[in-house]
Amino acid sequence: MLPLLSHTLLVCIILIFKKIHANELTFELPDNAKECFHDKLKIGSKFVLEYQVVTGGNYDVDLELKSPSGKILYKETKKQYDQFEKTVEEDGVYQFCFSNEFSTFTHKIIYIDWKVDGDPEHEIPQPGPRVAEGALTMIELKVGKIHENLEKSIDYQTHHRLREATGRARAEDLQERVQIWSLGQFILIIIVAIGTVLLLRSFFTDRRTSSNMTWNR
Amino acid sequence: MGNQSFLFIIVFILIQLILPTHLLYFHIRETDRKCFIEEIPDQTLVIGKYKVELFDPQSNTYLPSTPGIGMHVEVKDPDEKIVLSKLYTSEGRFTFTSHIPGEHVICLYSNSTAWFGGQQLRVHLDIDIGEHAVDYQQISAKEKLTELQLRVRQLLDQVEQISKEQNYQRYREERFRATSESTNQRVLWWSIAQLLVLVIAGFWQMRHLKGFFEAKKLV
Repeated sequence: MLPLLSHTLLVCIILIFKKIHANELTFELPDNAKECFHDKLKIGSKFVLEYQVVTGGNYDVDLELKSPSGKILYKETKKQYDQFEKTVEEDGVYQFCFSNEFSTFTHKIIYIDWKVDGDPEHEIPQPGPRVAEGALTMIELKVGKIHENLEKSIDYQTHHRLREATGRARAEDLQERVQIWSLGQFILIIIVAIGTVLLLRSFFTDRRTSSNMTWNR
Repeated sequence: MGNQSFLFIIVFILIQLILPTHLLYFHIRETDRKCFIEEIPDQTLVIGKYKVELFDPQSNTYLPSTPGIGMHVEVKDPDEKIVLSKLYTSEGRFTFTSHIPGEHVICLYSNSTAWFGGQQLRVHLDIDIGEHAVDYQQISAKEKLTELQLRVRQLLDQVEQISKEQNYQRYREERFRATSESTNQRVLWWSIAQLLVLVIAGFWQMRHLKGFFEAKKLV
């Protein structure tokens, strides 16, 4: 019981000082808008920012990542997908902003994955400092590897799902547009056919009366 | 033993209180509505944690806790039905389990009574889905598992999530195929219909005008 309690206490203490977390969000960025996210980071931690434009226009967005002192660490325009990693060198609040200001009327749906040193509740941390790599048993090593590979698998699945969502949104949009435009064209053909006949009739009716008048002179 | 678990519970609660302040945050106005889309398979647990801070113009900082500010959390399922709609305090945690696979929309807006604009709010947010929503520290304490058992448990959860996601992918691909086939059908039938209408209109015009000119004794 006592080792278990000290184990969990140590984990909790590590969590207080390490502040590790991961975050996946998908949001809609309206046209001409800018959306910023901030996070407080400590020196020594490593962060990974991954983003992908799911639907909207030309599937591109601008991203700018700034350090607390205002230094621009990452600035890219009109990219669909990218991944950026860095080890934190300055303490403070980092901010990254997505901009859709170059677009006049397309909304973009953007997926972001923000990871800082992994995820505390999700990752099972080591209970204490291991003396040497050899101290890990074979099973623990293999289990750790399987866990890493499964993480990668889940990540690939997420990106596959996003790419498929892009295609699916396009297909659904196309289906609706085909319906609306076809119906519109159908009605237009009928209107033009009837309109042409009526217009032609109106020409000949007028000319008839005027030609009548010239004969009766 | 009672003392130890009590101490553990205190420490655990402290962790839950401290952690949310260091999550990713963004700013919104009081009357803004911020929505996030989560595309998830069915029977998936989603846990969201948030914390709201109000901007204080006098001290030019964000106050750590403001009573009276509440956040409405509204979750809609892919059929636009509301799954969860509750008002929470300035710091809260909401969970729901999806019953239909697809895009769920999680919307947050404050219970402000202002008509427009309003003060700025800082919202810390963390949304965890599926196996990310499982709290291993809690499981390890409750079921008294060794580290290896806990890791294997984590692998089981991950594998379950992967298999659910694969199943969802099959469902999505089926929908995509149905949409494409429907578009194909529509293009075919509308083209035939338009062709027929053009031909019929042509014949009708010829016949009608011929009759008209014959009546007017011009032909």
